[in-house]
Amino acid sequence: MALVEVDRLVKHFSRGGGLFQPASVVRAVDDVSFAIEAGETFGLVGESGSGKSTTGRAMLRLLEPTSGAVRFQGEDVLQFSRARMRAARREMQMVFQDPYSSLNPRMRAVDIVEEPLVIHRIGTAAARRAKVADLFTLVGLDPAHLARYPHEFSGGQRQRIGLARALALEPKFIIADEPVSALDVSIQAQVINLLMDLQQRLQLTYLFIAHDLRLVRHICTRVAVMYLGKIVEMGETERLFATPQHPYTRALLSAVPVLDPDAPRLRVELDPASFNRDAPLRDVGDRHYAAV
Amino acid sequence: MAGATCGDAESRELKAESWEPKAESHTTVTDHLLSVRNLTTVFDVGPRPLVAVDDVSFDLARGETLGLVGESGSGKSVTAFSILRLLQSPGRVAGGQVIFNGRDLAALPEREMRQVRGAGIGFVFQEPMAALNPVLRVGTQIAESLIVHGLATRREARTRAVDLLRAVRITDPEARVDDYPHQLSGGMRQRVMLAVALACRPPLVTADEPTTALDVTVQAQILELLRDMQREFNLALLLITHDLGVIAETADRVAVMYAGRLVEQGPVRDILRAPAHPYTQGLLASIPGARAGSRLQAIEGVVPSLTSVPPGCAFAPRCAHRMDVCDTVMPPESWITPDHRVRCHLHPAPTDAPASESRTH
Ligand SMILES: Nc1ncnc2c1ncn2[C@@H]1O[C@H](COP(=O)(O)OP(=O)(O)OP(=O)(O)O)[C@@H](O)[C@H]1O
Ligand SMILES: Nc1ncnc2c1ncn2[C@@H]1O[C@H](COP(=O)(O)OP(=O)(O)O)[C@@H](O)[C@H]1O
Ligand code: SF4
Ligand SMILES: [Mg+2]
Ligand SMILES: [Mg+2]
Repeated sequence: MALVEVDRLVKHFSRGGGLFQPASVVRAVDDVSFAIEAGETFGLVGESGSGKSTTGRAMLRLLEPTSGAVRFQGEDVLQFSRARMRAARREMQMVFQDPYSSLNPRMRAVDIVEEPLVIHRIGTAAARRAKVADLFTLVGLDPAHLARYPHEFSGGQRQRIGLARALALEPKFIIADEPVSALDVSIQAQVINLLMDLQQRLQLTYLFIAHDLRLVRHICTRVAVMYLGKIVEMGETERLFATPQHPYTRALLSAVPVLDPDAPRLRVELDPASFNRDAPLRDVGDRHYAAV
Repeated sequence: MAGATCGDAESRELKAESWEPKAESHTTVTDHLLSVRNLTTVFDVGPRPLVAVDDVSFDLARGETLGLVGESGSGKSVTAFSILRLLQSPGRVAGGQVIFNGRDLAALPEREMRQVRGAGIGFVFQEPMAALNPVLRVGTQIAESLIVHGLATRREARTRAVDLLRAVRITDPEARVDDYPHQLSGGMRQRVMLAVALACRPPLVTADEPTTALDVTVQAQILELLRDMQREFNLALLLITHDLGVIAETADRVAVMYAGRLVEQGPVRDILRAPAHPYTQGLLASIPGARAGSRLQAIEGVVPSLTSVPPGCAFAPRCAHRMDVCDTVMPPESWITPDHRVRCHLHPAPTDAPASESRTH
């Protein structure tokens, strides 16, 4: 059984709607289904606005989905009561894109990391402090800096604080939404290595949302490609990169800059008329699906 | 605001008295369109000035693309602002020369400098929304610069603006010319910025992270467009980015910046195939792509803050090849080939180092 199963997830936002104007509906997530196996790193890629973050947020009910199901260990978290959902959040955590705005600037690092433990009433104050120091070490921060405020840390260190906080409740599943895209190139690799080490040590399962396809190819076992709120292609990473089936995937992969100045540039332009937006995902063999 | 229209940038002006070229600095007549010599820019904050750009020299020939690469805070944007004399207080150029088309820009009265901005050097900023005037239609912003530079009458300007929007591959330019910036997508805004930058046919365009805020697909289109424009107008391009992939696809030459200093520069193939500086090597190695699932080769440590740049090599605290000399002595510029230069003690300066002006193509 998959650890996480997203089943026909829909999230619509209504926009505008004034006296003389009917409200329009943004179909941010439009009938999305996928399953993530325990221990896997599942990648979600696509252009900005394609619905990746909304999918992630809806899965954790940071946004209420319009319809669909999100089964965690077989149970639909969308049916959970508030209390039950709060307990479930111990197992499912999120790391956010922007290490600058995602941490409360008025809280010390120690309080930021400890907060989830306090909310869930875990351990004595002393036990919690000891745990926070351990978490600091785990993510490669110096426990001597526990009392510092976020602005006293670099971007990479702040992302480590966010990770320590996410790990405080010993979750099984982490949604990492563009965890390194705001970081400098030389720091990105440090944080990616840390994510991979922690996955090994703590048997974590990741949903990895990213726009850097080189990175996705490097760390994801399987990938889903989103376009205008729908998954247009999904499969094992190497297979999908080697034999992309959907015109959007082809355009996306061909746009990745290549480090070799002499490599031929074979840019594939996306022709929206070349495919049917409502085509269902079809099995093209070897756990590879495409909406073609 | 309208910082994007050529010549109209009083709000960003550098005060004339803060521009003090070194008395002994030498003006050399070269065939380079742009020669930056020993440029040093500081910010007067705190007890000691912060050196954001430290003794930076490079050349750019007509039609050539120089990629300026480095992490956030390394001084790329400040370099571009210094060249354009658009620094705002507390920033000031503390030394060096910027020779454009044979003229020392520091010596120009602001009135002439305004002509250089736009008609001589077009510019595209990191954040298109901040550089475009939100209350002016995009056509008006393009027209404005043409009129200011006497390149079109008010009557002709609109037609020229439509032509320029078409040149930067905006679909339906006749309709888009009346749009306001917020009605455009990020990629379209960046195209408009480029149209404004190209309006006066400048021989040089400075583009600061023109694709960083964009999706890979849109980024690819903009890079393609830059290459096309370059072919069509024989444009020289100073392209600032932190993405070595963008450099590989666009640049002829690369300059690598670290903590305000150029640590390596040379032809793009030499730098990507045989980087000489440990920082450049680390940057290239940290790009994912090797063996899937393997650990990435990270550069450990963090970029030094400008208030605490080490006295010797600024990269020393993170360098795997660090030697004792690195901590105390700033590495002098050395060269691998006459056109591939590096600042690192692993590459001691050859005694017959060619003068930096005699770069051969
Ligand atoms: N107004 C200012 N006052 C003080 N320091 C400044 C100011 N503007 C820039 N700096 C400093 O100058 C250095 C270089 O800044 P610059 O914006 O050129 O970096 P960059 O490499 O272009 O970074 P990014 O990629 O983030 O834009 C930084 O350390 C920055 O903090
Ligand atoms: N709170 C909201 N209200 C209205 N529209 C929203 C909201 N959040 C997201 N959207 C819209 O949903 C779509 C998908 O957004 P998002 O999930 O953030 O995309 P991504 O993360 O792939 O960039 C976009 O069209 C966005 O404008
Ligand atoms: S000068 Fe020394 S510390 Fe600096 S990059 Fe070279 S070897 Fe490393
Ligand atoms: Mg997002
Ligand atoms: Mg910048």
